[in-house]
Amino acid sequence: LIFLLSEAMASDVHKKIKAAFKAFDYEANNTVDVREIGTIVFSLGCFPSQADLHDFIAQVEEDHTGFIHLEKFLPVMTNVLLEKRFPPIPEDKLLQAFEVLDKEKKGYLEQEELTKYMMQEGEVFTQEEMDEMLTALTDQKDNVIYYKDVIDELIIDNDI
Amino acid sequence: MGCGTSAVVTETQVKRVEEAEGTCEPVRNPSPALTMKAAVLIQRWYRRYMAHLEMRRRYTWNIFQSIEYAGEQDQLQLSSFFSFMLDNFTQLNGNGPDLISQLLDPVLDPWLGRETCFSCIPVPDSYTGPRLTFPLSVSDTNALLNAFKEQQTLHAKYLLQLLCETKKLLRQMPNIVHLSTSYTKDITICGDLHGRLDDLLLIFYKNGLPSAETPYVFNGDFVDRGKKSIEVVVLLFAYFLLYPDYMHLNRGNHEDHIMNLRYGFTKEVMQKYKTHGREILQLFQDVFSLLPLATVIDGKILIVHGGISDQTDLDFLNSVERHKVKSALRLPRQSFEPLDLGQSYRQTKRLRSTDGSRPNSSRNQKTPNQRRRHCQLTHQDSAASCSSSSSSSSSSSTLCSPRSPSSLSPRPCPSSPSIHFTVNSLQVPFLDSLSSLSPPSPPQYEREWKQIVDILWSDPKNQDGCYPNTFRGGGCYFGPDVTQRLMLQHGLQLLIRSHECKQEGYELCHGGRVITIFSASNYYEEGSNRGAYIKMGKDLIPRFYQYQVGRGTRKLTLTQRVRVAESSALKALKEQLFTHRSELMAAFKEFDHNNTGCVSVSEWAQVLESVLRLDLPWRTLRPHLVRLTAEGAVEYESCFEDMGSGTQLAQVTPNLAETLFRYRTDIEIIFNIIDKDHSGLISIEEFRQTWRLFSAHLGVDINNQAIDDLARSIDFNKDGSIDFTEFLEAFRVVHKLDKYQHQSRRDSNTERL
Repeated sequence: LIFLLSEAMASDVHKKIKAAFKAFDYEANNTVDVREIGTIVFSLGCFPSQADLHDFIAQVEEDHTGFIHLEKFLPVMTNVLLEKRFPPIPEDKLLQAFEVLDKEKKGYLEQEELTKYMMQEGEVFTQEEMDEMLTALTDQKDNVIYYKDVIDELIIDNDI
Repeated sequence: MGCGTSAVVTETQVKRVEEAEGTCEPVRNPSPALTMKAAVLIQRWYRRYMAHLEMRRRYTWNIFQSIEYAGEQDQLQLSSFFSFMLDNFTQLNGNGPDLISQLLDPVLDPWLGRETCFSCIPVPDSYTGPRLTFPLSVSDTNALLNAFKEQQTLHAKYLLQLLCETKKLLRQMPNIVHLSTSYTKDITICGDLHGRLDDLLLIFYKNGLPSAETPYVFNGDFVDRGKKSIEVVVLLFAYFLLYPDYMHLNRGNHEDHIMNLRYGFTKEVMQKYKTHGREILQLFQDVFSLLPLATVIDGKILIVHGGISDQTDLDFLNSVERHKVKSALRLPRQSFEPLDLGQSYRQTKRLRSTDGSRPNSSRNQKTPNQRRRHCQLTHQDSAASCSSSSSSSSSSSTLCSPRSPSSLSPRPCPSSPSIHFTVNSLQVPFLDSLSSLSPPSPPQYEREWKQIVDILWSDPKNQDGCYPNTFRGGGCYFGPDVTQRLMLQHGLQLLIRSHECKQEGYELCHGGRVITIFSASNYYEEGSNRGAYIKMGKDLIPRFYQYQVGRGTRKLTLTQRVRVAESSALKALKEQLFTHRSELMAAFKEFDHNNTGCVSVSEWAQVLESVLRLDLPWRTLRPHLVRLTAEGAVEYESCFEDMGSGTQLAQVTPNLAETLFRYRTDIEIIFNIIDKDHSGLISIEEFRQTWRLFSAHLGVDINNQAIDDLARSIDFNKDGSIDFTEFLEAFRVVHKLDKYQHQSRRDSNTERL
């Protein structure tokens, strides 16, 4: 897909992508470890599924070296952004999702409940991801996850 | 958040979900498909949130590292200034060798070799701290541990005695210490501590005190930056004296009196030991230079503080007289070799970040320092040595011996690029009488010195090759091929080094053949990184143990940790902007022809990059630093809005003010040195002379009248003396908006540490 862009627009998109890429380019040689690609893609505002990510990586990886070059990454990522291929999830859908999981309509989730879903359903979490999520989202006093409040936090931070 | 409200909400939600999903099942029993969809949504959202956080963590880390290394390059500025001062400013008060020559010039030091008369020092009955008896016993080390936990200070008498004993013992040690796992249990290897007593105590608590069962190797950088350097180093030396076979210490690049001047150890000693500070520092200098340079375990594991270079030769290293290199930043005095500065400038590559040839404010001009070094040539000399009449700033810095050239062989070009900063710190005194010159030394001295510098300052990189570490201004970057070669050459299998802060406390590279181990947790800021240590048994397989010292009892979430660290990093970054204000404004104005007060984001980023020379993602950081207009242009002056200076001084022009801000730490150090009686006061004349020198050295254009006016104006009591603490207070950057903006929203919900 080819888009006709104003120079400024293209340049801006490129700069955004390059900045995100560079943050993980430890050797300053325009390569990043393939394991960081997910973080980079997410941080550019995209919501790929794990399958999407695998496909994406296949497109940009250098023959299973474990490294990704900016040269290959830039055009593919540019298209992803311009096509809005992995659009963000609107906030209200997120709230709905929590409410679906909150079967008893308590207004909160127990730690065990959330753990069960996150680690057994969908694109399951690793133990590490689960631990971090619990630490971040659990209310210290009541030991439960008040998902409505939590969403506010997650959303506000994303704007930075 | 009562059930009542949520029930109402749920009704609406049910309808919405039904519409969205096209199903008529009530949400009370969501289908497995729906549950899965919900889970996926949440997981995806959370992963994205974490990615953002990780990104912020990375940026914050980059900021800290960039500023830190930029600071280290400033260090070379300071050391070259000291050389300059020494060369041109023999004595500040004319009464015999003063602190500067004492500290910087051990050759001239009249106290060299003198045994400190610590037995003469009385200890008052009111002193409740440890009273050490030598040889030390376990009760002494326990007493020290307890005393330091109780915030007590060891009395100068015992400190001096401890240092003397340590010096004696260290003299007997070789440059490279060999250990074996056959006779000991697991060996524990720790990295940089940087004066963090809490981390050391935590390690001792988790791992055990040093003993026959628990041998230790501490890999340098015990002092500087942290507030308890003395306590840390006293404990390490005490255990070393107690168990010389089980406690091993390597020298780090901060075991160096010039680094200590800048990074806090000297200040800490002077503050805690007002009467005997100088003697103590002198002894520390000797002890540091006597620390072994490397440790080898079972002939297979090499432990050094920084790294290696392609010139590293362990046999040669073992033979050098290590104590002669008091500071890695200054070549031992005897060498008069002409150095081709031109070559090193040409070979200096611009790597990840700042160019090593900064920090002069007059960037492309030669400093008077360099210009002056050019002068003392005779015709014959110039033929032999000045081969480097090359580009721009370099030719003036060629150093030549005033002696006849026949004894000089033209210096061959080194096979590896010469270190850029070498020449700045090269010692060539301006001697009035040539007859007192000793014959020039062979390149041997420099070779020895370079071996040591490489060991203490180098960093591993993933690209093959070996090239000057311009980021730090010393040592090399060494690639996997260099590691491989050394391993083969000496039959080694692993290199353990420290020197670089790592977020997890340790990191592997070069295919697992190089391990970086760093033991100061929260190095930049609360929550910035973990510390770690290695345990290794007969199998020589390293096992890593991580920890993090925490001030609070509650575990910080990653979000909170990132916030705190980010806030701190941004503050430091803003200070950089503030102290370069006039340069930045001048550059902005070049883009802003119509004087609108605005430039584009690109232009803004470009200016920052070129003036500050910090390789950071400026566009991403922009929202934290400046405002945008409605049209998306940057109001470039808005970044200075929330910062100001401590107090106002009328006679200080903006140019002068900025210089003072920028070099505040260095100036403070110099004043502290001049202030021999630690009164906080120096004479006007001392101030004038120092300031004149400093600005001349920097190449900053400040006229004498301005200095005189300044001196007079800060003589608040009109008694001919200057309270420099008060003076410097004016040049401390104050942040008017001290809270990180976004945190205010969270404050009500979160407990902050």
